[in-house]
Amino acid sequence: MSWLRLTKEGLTEWLRKFEKTYRLYGPVWTGSYHEFKLLQDPEEIDWDYRNTRLSPKSLFLPPAEKMFIYSLDPNDPERAILKEASKDFDPRIIVGIRPCDAYALKLVDKNFITPQYQDPWWLNRRENTIFVGYGCTEPCSTCFCSSVGSGPFDTKGLDVLVVNVDGGFAISFVSERGKELLRKEPLGARALSESEERSLQDKMAEARAAMPKLWDEKAVANRPLLDIFNAPFWEEVQFSCINCGTCTFLCPTCWCFDIQDEVWKERGCRVRLWDSCMFPLFTLHASGHNPRSQKLQRVRQRFMHKLKYYVDKYGDGVACVGCGRCVQFCPVNIDIREVMRLMVSHCQCAL
Amino acid sequence: MYEYTEKIREIATRLLQDKMVDGVIGFRKGTIPMVNNPVLIKHSEQVSQLYWDSWCGVNLANYLPKFQGKVAVVAKGCDSRSIVVLMMENQISRDQLYIIGVPCKGMLDRRKIWDAVGDRGRDVTDVQERDGVLVVAGRGFSLELERDKYLQDNCAICTHRNPVLYDELVGEMVPEQQVDRYEDIRAIESLPSEKRWEYFQRLVESCIRCYACRNACPFCYCPQCFVDESKPQWVGKTIDPTDTMTFHLLRAFHLAGRCTDCGSCERACPMGIKVRMFTKKLEKDVKELYGYEAGVQLGERPPLDTYRPDDPQEFIK
Repeated sequence: MSWLRLTKEGLTEWLRKFEKTYRLYGPVWTGSYHEFKLLQDPEEIDWDYRNTRLSPKSLFLPPAEKMFIYSLDPNDPERAILKEASKDFDPRIIVGIRPCDAYALKLVDKNFITPQYQDPWWLNRRENTIFVGYGCTEPCSTCFCSSVGSGPFDTKGLDVLVVNVDGGFAISFVSERGKELLRKEPLGARALSESEERSLQDKMAEARAAMPKLWDEKAVANRPLLDIFNAPFWEEVQFSCINCGTCTFLCPTCWCFDIQDEVWKERGCRVRLWDSCMFPLFTLHASGHNPRSQKLQRVRQRFMHKLKYYVDKYGDGVACVGCGRCVQFCPVNIDIREVMRLMVSHCQCAL
Repeated sequence: MYEYTEKIREIATRLLQDKMVDGVIGFRKGTIPMVNNPVLIKHSEQVSQLYWDSWCGVNLANYLPKFQGKVAVVAKGCDSRSIVVLMMENQISRDQLYIIGVPCKGMLDRRKIWDAVGDRGRDVTDVQERDGVLVVAGRGFSLELERDKYLQDNCAICTHRNPVLYDELVGEMVPEQQVDRYEDIRAIESLPSEKRWEYFQRLVESCIRCYACRNACPFCYCPQCFVDESKPQWVGKTIDPTDTMTFHLLRAFHLAGRCTDCGSCERACPMGIKVRMFTKKLEKDVKELYGYEAGVQLGERPPLDTYRPDDPQEFIK
C-alpha cells in the first residue's frame, strides 16, 4: 500500500471538489450520537468520532422504503398495477466510514446480489457509492473486527483509506474507483517520509494488537450444525433477552426485511421495512403456526445465522464484522463476544 | 451498595440449598462497564455469579410473567411495585415468589456519564464506585464524579426506594426522598397544544421502532402487541412520524395507572429517547384524578379497572 500525506484542510478541500458531481455523506454529531448525514460541506465531518450509533446500512437498505405505488380506484385503467416508486440513485461518496462497516456491506452483498437474483435497489446504491474509509487507530473496547475477518484498516470494502496521523492524515487509494477519484481531482499531498511511514505502520500494528482474538472459525465451521444448534448453552444465553430489535437494527450485517402494503382510500404503496428475527411475528405463518415461537429459538437464530449458517452457506467467514454496536447497546448486556466464546469452547470439546 | 452482593449470594445459596425455589433471578456483572446482565441462577454452586452495584437498572419483574415454578427475585423499590402490579394482573402469584428486597439509592445513567466524560463518545472502559464517588476511566483519562449527580432521571425523583413487598431485605431501609416528581411535566402542560405536539414529535423523531422500550417493560406482556396485529392493522410500521407517534402514544396509554416509573423503557432505548415523558404525564393524571400510585398497595384495584359513581369526569368533553 502506498501512502500520501496531507493536512485536514487539504483533505477537506479535496473532498469539496466532488460536491458538484457526488452527494457526500459523513459522520456528524447529532447532539447525543454520531450519524451518517448528507453533508452540506465536508467540513461538517467529525474526524474525532469513534463510530456512528446506527450503522450506515440505512443508506443502502432504508429502515422504511417505498418500493411500489398503486391505485385501487375502480375507474383507473391502471388499477392495481404496481409502479416503482421514485428512488434516489445519484452517485455519492461516503466519507469516514469505518472499515468494519464497509466490509459489512460486502457481506450483505452475498444476500442481495446473487447469480440468480439481484436486488435492484441495493445493487444500484452499491454501484453508485464510493467509500472513503477511516482507519481505526483507537479501536473501542467493544471492537473485535480483527477476530472476524476484518480489521481496523481493512480495505476490502473501501476505495480509499484515510488514517489520522500527527498533524493530519495519511491517505491511500486502494481500489480502481479510488484511483479514478485521484485522477479526476489531483490531491495536494506528498509521499510519507520513511520515518512517517514507520510510525504509521507502528500505529496500525498497535491498533490491531489492541483487540482480542476470540474466535476459532475452524472449530465452529467443522462442527455439525445440529450439534451446536442443540447445545445446552443457549438456555443460559437466552434468559435475559427481551426480544427487542436493538441488536438487529444497529447491526451493519442484519439485512432482514418485511414487506407491507399501506392503503389509504384508493391509493396504496408497498413498503419494505427493517425486520428482526427477535420478533415473534418474524416467523409467524399464515396458518398461525410459528416455527420460532420461543425466545430461545429466536436468540439462537440470530447468533447461529451470523456465526454458523452464513459460514456454512457461503464459506467466507462469519456475518459479523466486530463493530461492537450490539455489545454496547443491548439493554440487558447480551454480549456476542461471550456467545462466540461459548460456541468456540463447545466446539473445541470432543464430540 | 457493594455489600448487597454478599447478602444476595448468601440468601440465594440458602434458598437453593433448601430447595425453597427453583431459581433466583438477579444480576451478574456485565461484560462492559455500566450495565449488568440479568441471570437465572438454578444451582447453589453458581451463586457466586450474582452481583450488585449501581448498574442494576433493568427491572427484573420483566422476567416474571408466565414463569413456571417457584422463583426468587432480587427487587429494588420500583421492581417490587411492578411485582405488585403483576400479581394484581394475575401474571404471577405471591406463593410462587420469594422477593429479595433491595433498598435502593438510585441506579446510575450511563448516558450522563458519557456526557460528563465529554469528547463526543469517548470510550469508558472502567467505572469504580466508593463512598459516593465514581472513578470513571478510559484511554488517557480518569476523572472523579459525584455519584448522586448521575442517577437515572426516574431514580432522582423516586419516592419508593424501599421495596413495598418482600420476604427478606438485603440491608437497612434507606430514607425516602421528598421530591417534586412533576416539575418537567408541568412545564410541558403549560405550553399551548401545538407546542406540546411539537415537543412530543421532536421527542420521538429518532425512534427506529426496535421496541426496546416496549419489551423492557414488565407490563408489556400481551401475547400479541397491538403493533403486531394485522387484522385490523392498528398502526403503520414505518418510521413516518405519524406511525411512530401512534406507537408511542398507544404504548403509553396502555400503561396508564400501571406504570411504576421504573425507567426501564428509557434506559433500554438505543437512541436515548426520553420515553418516560409520555408515561409520566399519565402517572401524574392518575395520581391527581384518583389519588392512586401504581403498585404501592396490594389489593387496591387500579382506577382504570374500576368504576365509581363519583369518579372525576371533568376531562370528558
